[in-house]
Amino acid sequence: MTFDILAHELVPKHEILSKKEKEELLARLGSREEHLPKIYESDPVIKVIKAKPKDVIKITRKSQTSGEAVYYRIVLRG
Amino acid sequence: MHLITNLEFSIMSPEMVKNLARVRIVTSELYDADGYPVEGGVMDPRLGVIDPGLHCRTCGGTIGDCPGHFGYLELAKSVINVLYTKTVYQLLKLTCKKCNRIMVKDIHLEGGEEAIEDLRIKAPLKCPYCSTKQKKVTFVKPYTYYEDKDELSPDSIRERLEKIPNGDLKKISFSGGRPEWLILTLFPIPPVTMRPSITLESGERSEDDLTHKLVDIVRINQSLKENIDIGAPEFILNDLWELVQYHISTYFDNELTGAPLARHRSGRALKGLVQRLKAKEGRIRGNLLGKRVNFSARTVISPDPNLSINEVGVPEVIANELTIPEYVTPGNIKQIKDMLKDNKVNYVVRPDARRIKVTEDNKKDIMEKITADWQVDRKLQDGDIVLFNRQPSLHRISIMAHRVKVMPYQTFRMNPSVCPPYNADFDGDEMNLHALQSEESRAEAAALMEVKDNIISPKFGGPLIGCDLDQISGLYMLTQDAAQFSREEAAQLLADAKIEADLPEREMFSGKDMFSLLLPRELNMEYKTNKGVVVIQNGQLKSGMIDAGGVGAFKGRIINKVLKLKGSDAVKDFIDRSGRLGVAYLNRRGISIGLSDIDLSPEIQKTVRGEIDKSVAEANSLIDKYENDEISVLPGLTPKASLEAQIMNVLANGVSRVSDIVGENLRYNDIIQMAESGAKGSIINTTQMAAVVGQETILGKRIKRGYLRRTLPHIRPGDLSPMSHGFVARGFKHGLTPFELFWNIMNGREGLMDKSLRTRKSGYMQRRLVNALQDLKIEFDNSIRDANGFIVQFNAGEDGIDPTKSDWGKLNWKEIVEKSVGK
Ligand SMILES: [Mg+2]
Ligand SMILES: [Zn+2]
Ligand SMILES: [Zn+2]
Repeated sequence: MTFDILAHELVPKHEILSKKEKEELLARLGSREEHLPKIYESDPVIKVIKAKPKDVIKITRKSQTSGEAVYYRIVLRG
Repeated sequence: MHLITNLEFSIMSPEMVKNLARVRIVTSELYDADGYPVEGGVMDPRLGVIDPGLHCRTCGGTIGDCPGHFGYLELAKSVINVLYTKTVYQLLKLTCKKCNRIMVKDIHLEGGEEAIEDLRIKAPLKCPYCSTKQKKVTFVKPYTYYEDKDELSPDSIRERLEKIPNGDLKKISFSGGRPEWLILTLFPIPPVTMRPSITLESGERSEDDLTHKLVDIVRINQSLKENIDIGAPEFILNDLWELVQYHISTYFDNELTGAPLARHRSGRALKGLVQRLKAKEGRIRGNLLGKRVNFSARTVISPDPNLSINEVGVPEVIANELTIPEYVTPGNIKQIKDMLKDNKVNYVVRPDARRIKVTEDNKKDIMEKITADWQVDRKLQDGDIVLFNRQPSLHRISIMAHRVKVMPYQTFRMNPSVCPPYNADFDGDEMNLHALQSEESRAEAAALMEVKDNIISPKFGGPLIGCDLDQISGLYMLTQDAAQFSREEAAQLLADAKIEADLPEREMFSGKDMFSLLLPRELNMEYKTNKGVVVIQNGQLKSGMIDAGGVGAFKGRIINKVLKLKGSDAVKDFIDRSGRLGVAYLNRRGISIGLSDIDLSPEIQKTVRGEIDKSVAEANSLIDKYENDEISVLPGLTPKASLEAQIMNVLANGVSRVSDIVGENLRYNDIIQMAESGAKGSIINTTQMAAVVGQETILGKRIKRGYLRRTLPHIRPGDLSPMSHGFVARGFKHGLTPFELFWNIMNGREGLMDKSLRTRKSGYMQRRLVNALQDLKIEFDNSIRDANGFIVQFNAGEDGIDPTKSDWGKLNWKEIVEKSVGK
């Protein structure tokens, strides 16, 4: 039996940023890849959405303070 | 510039000890007959200077700039370093006694010394390299090793360790030097600067604990050497060696298991090197993490509502002792001379850095000589900025800057409205005060730390400082319609409250008019209170009574609004003045409570009794049902738990009905007004006094503990009635029965325990959290990053709102739009 974890209410929306979007994000932050929060390749959601190491994931989740908040994570091997 | 990528700590090799040393120690004598330190002794002058005025024989420096220099002692026989006995034991167990290889093949450990200790591999019986059968090595605390039954001497251990090949050591990840360095052959003698002797008043010298220890070590070592030279019998040498080992071991650590404590002549235990570093008063926790400071004062605090929240009252004795450095310039030399004349200067510092205490005798002389390149240490005076602090300093507003007001008597005085951020009260609390010593620090404190700039809590975005207790009661009563004043009375009230304001040309003033004098003209707002709506139009209070929701700490909406409208100086004045106005009015009106305030009419008392009896009867019928197995069982609960839940519910409903009745029927009086205005107390407190206390609980349940199947010996086993399980069926006014009193006290004790346990636990949790988050910082793009630039949040708090500039954490967009559009 397979289960669509993306449909679970506790799993926020994960999207893979395009190369251009990733560059724009890093430029906006004035930061480097290694300074981004991490997520492992072995993470269940990463496996499902088939993200590769060095991809940046945009996570849109519910927030107590602002209703909705955006977070970014870079995929790491392992 | 070079980047430090790693540090390696290691044991000193004998070569390093020798290279580091400037003196070879050869004698245990400290001073000669004339009192001069003996060369080659452990107080050798080449080891550094500790006497003022003398120059170091090694580096030429004086006290303070000579760092001190090591010496060394050649040990007649090697000695085990007690701090590494475990490592030596592991190595001995793992080393083949014949070929000296580490007897583990195909192993690669990471993690250094810990890994060796973790390597609890049973010592192999046979060497995998040369197949030699191994003997069993045992270790007896504190520092003896046996192979089968034979004692291993440090010399023989050292020989074995020397022969372990480097490659093998690498395999088990042994780092920080060669293993044989764990057995001492040369012993470093530390510089005198880390063990200074003190000269007593009698002229006698008193040596440091370490010096005493070193004398013992050198003496016994010397005697061992002589005995070896004359070829003394083995057992004498052994005894002497044992003694050297003991002294060196306790020099390192005087709390060894298995070794007797080394004592001072007086019987006091000597402090070893480990004791210097360890524990609360040790070097790390006591000196490096916790430092003592100068220019500070500590005393009891007491309230003074006539001070501004931004001020602190400083006792004269303290103000005269604490000083602030002031540079003499052509511009201020006249004032400085005046201060000298008025005894407001404690010290003067000449351009050659000589510090001179100002006395009545040299005052005139100094006033003549003083020029613009001098500096003076002047006493604290009114208006100086100082830091004020109360421990535990849990958040940044536990330390705020106040303006000094020098006052008589012995205590620090503060406005009671600043108690909440410090969590202070006046039951004997003490606080600390720091006089800032540089222009920079004073400017920084004035820009960031003053009380007036920290009124809004960075935690929840509401005011931390506001009116309280009588101040609120007073304003609440003042702003009722009944309060009316003639022009003269109004002027008198303002004078009492020390408020300067222009009274409009009118003959009569309402209390609302009086309060409105404190409000800025531009203020427009509306909010609900317990009784009606407060309406303020153009700084005029039109309707409603001022309560805690308007001017109180944590909830005061008016405070927040005034701050946004007029800035911090205006709120400071608003809080100062409204507090004084409230108390001034209350002083004329008077406030008092009495037993009759909680009197209920006989009819109402009857209804109250009826309600309580009814709920107790309901509870009893539930118990009957339970005993007949007829109780309705709640989902997920046992029948017993269902009964308990239902009893609690029934009784709580009864009490709440009584509470409503009490609320409706008590005569309107000062108790009710205090509860209504939020000054103190609540309708629940009033009900407990006037009618019924209700169910007392332990861990949220009816009281159950005590004896087998009963709470007290007077109660029948198995009795489940409300009366025998913590229900207090009357009010405090009536007096409690002995049982009821007992329930009440049980509950009270639980509260007390809970409070002390909870504060300890949460305090520790908070400390750990603060520690983990301490270098996070909000950058200019509103992201949160740590000291290494790692991003933690992309938008601070996810909403990017600074609570300090919000309304209780939320943006008031309506107000912002109105303000920018211009209404
Ligand atoms: Mg206290
Ligand atoms: Zn020196
Ligand atoms: Zn071998």
